[in-house]
Amino acid sequence: MVWAQIVQYCLSGITVGSVYAIVAIGFNIIYNTTGIINFAQGEFLILGAMTAVSLAQVMPLWPAIACAVVLTTIVGGLVELLFIRPVRQASPLRLIVVTIGVSILMREGMLHVWDEKVRALPYFTGSGVSTVRVLGAHVSPQVLWVLGVCAAIVAGLTLFFRCTLTGRAMRACADDRMAARLCGVNDRRMVALSFMLSAGIGALAGCVVSPITQTQYDMGAPLAIKGFTVAILGGLGNSAGAVAAGLLLGLLEVFAMSQLPVAYKEAVAIVVLLLVLVFRPTGLFVRRESASLRTA
Amino acid sequence: MRKIFALAVAAAVAVIIAGQSGCGKGGSKSEAEAPIKIGALFAITGPGSFLGAPEAKTAEMFRDRINAAGGINGRKIELLVRDTATTPANAISLAKKLIEEDKVLAIIGPSTSGETMAIKQLCEENRTILISCAAAETIVNPLARYVFKTPQKDSDAARWIFRTMKEMGLTRAGVITSNDGFGVAGAEQLKKLAPESGITIVISESYDKNETDLTGVLTKLKGQNVEAVINWSIVPAQSLVAKNMKQIALNVPLFQSHGFGNIRYVRAGGEAANGTLFPCGRLLVAEVLPDSHPQKKLLVEYKREYEARYKEDVSTFGGHAYDAMLIITEAIRKAGSTDREKVRDAIESLKGLVGTAGIFNFSPQDHNGLGMDAFEMLTVKDGKFALYEKKAAPATGRASPNE
Repeated sequence: MVWAQIVQYCLSGITVGSVYAIVAIGFNIIYNTTGIINFAQGEFLILGAMTAVSLAQVMPLWPAIACAVVLTTIVGGLVELLFIRPVRQASPLRLIVVTIGVSILMREGMLHVWDEKVRALPYFTGSGVSTVRVLGAHVSPQVLWVLGVCAAIVAGLTLFFRCTLTGRAMRACADDRMAARLCGVNDRRMVALSFMLSAGIGALAGCVVSPITQTQYDMGAPLAIKGFTVAILGGLGNSAGAVAAGLLLGLLEVFAMSQLPVAYKEAVAIVVLLLVLVFRPTGLFVRRESASLRTA
Repeated sequence: MRKIFALAVAAAVAVIIAGQSGCGKGGSKSEAEAPIKIGALFAITGPGSFLGAPEAKTAEMFRDRINAAGGINGRKIELLVRDTATTPANAISLAKKLIEEDKVLAIIGPSTSGETMAIKQLCEENRTILISCAAAETIVNPLARYVFKTPQKDSDAARWIFRTMKEMGLTRAGVITSNDGFGVAGAEQLKKLAPESGITIVISESYDKNETDLTGVLTKLKGQNVEAVINWSIVPAQSLVAKNMKQIALNVPLFQSHGFGNIRYVRAGGEAANGTLFPCGRLLVAEVLPDSHPQKKLLVEYKREYEARYKEDVSTFGGHAYDAMLIITEAIRKAGSTDREKVRDAIESLKGLVGTAGIFNFSPQDHNGLGMDAFEMLTVKDGKFALYEKKAAPATGRASPNE
């Protein structure tokens, strides 16, 4: 492989990886507060992007994205209020099944509101044919937008969870909900807040990746599966880890693609996921702290 | 207590059976006025919704037009439209229901090749006429007695692409296809026909039908120094190809399959879609055809009617459903009955039938009825479809009697 080609593969991997990463971050927020995985995260992305596409027809791009993020945040809050809060004996597994139900509901809802057509936001900078030249290879400027937004979200979240009282209270809820409650944390409010935050960030992610991936009502699930893989790979709850893992998985896939038939790309992702689960069995549903939810 | 309950159930069952047989008798009396049931399986949602949605709309429009004109042989058409969500498993269960419960005369659709192949055998075994709106050649080759299809042949599309490549002096092609029925069938045809056209396929790759970025696979093609990219798919990813090629500065001509015939793909592709070449039926360029062209009148009428009724651009896929409805209604009219065997034989005897995809000439050996001349090479100019100018007359394929 020549140098320029290696760079080109890297950039391709970063393009794909940046999309995975930004999707994965959303999983972490709700996990950080409740210890559950929100399988409707992909639908939050699509809802945000679809709303922005519709609003962009009556207003400039930036206000449209801002409004879409706000609206999706409200939807996230409603999802918590209507579907998560009323569940009795809320074991993590039960709540996860509820989120799967919510994802199906949202998908069908979006099909009725926006029909089956593929839409996309315009490129933020330039157009579909613009490229940025990096070390003899080319990449779309939108990829830089995705990476930039990723970095901003991670920095913001890290500050929020480490340095603000609300952020710390949210983390306390995940660690031990009963203890958090005894310390005067309004745990229900924290859970609602985490859903809103995660929906809002999902919507922002959906808008930023929309020019690259395009947006269709049923695209949330495939995106969420990849984002979920990445979230586990990076360590659930760790946003910076998710970004690193996203880029890593993107690069792995692309270099696997360069050596093997492209069809094996998905297999590579799954093998990586399995290896992580085998060698890091503290992964998915067995997180000790999530047991605390059962008593809530 | 249990005995009484059992008796009650038995009585209820008896009443229901009696009621049904009564209905059956009543039905047979009014047979002549009862509507003709035609099933329609379309991928209205899912990744194939680009195909299925306009197909379902077109079929409904066609039904309304026929029924408004008094039906066929004095009988109205009842169209039972079902959404397969682009899933072969759904296509199978819905087809079974249409055949066994609704007892339809014929099924039009499904939209995709994978779904059609899933129910080909089922329709054959149940002697139900199937007029598929999917493109893969394997639907009618090997031939099945009751299975027909309306879109042009894969192999002819591949020949058109190779011929145009040769005219442009290009020989090294990189092929990418989606990993669904349409893509797999296309990859096979391209591979089979490349040697006889003097084209070398340097690399052939398939990508997932939900793919959201193709820069990786295109980088692989770029590394092989391809002179042209051929993308063969019906999924939304096909509008990504043009963008991704520009983004990694892979500046060679892009050929798409006849699955590109929807202006939405062009819009989704944006500026990058300009210059894309693809073989396609004449529907998309209906207005620029010469008035003497036998398809012009029908194409323009269909386009206007569809666009007025649904406020969206017409696509070739809707045209495939138009042709399917046209073929089944013409065959019923010709057979003068709704006897399955007679209608089936009537389809095989249809000649010179002008449809949206071309002029159909069916025979017992040819259940597609279209030749090379059903295609034109189209390109995208300023975000619109246009005829590709440096077009040469087809060298192979059957000449149509009307041209």
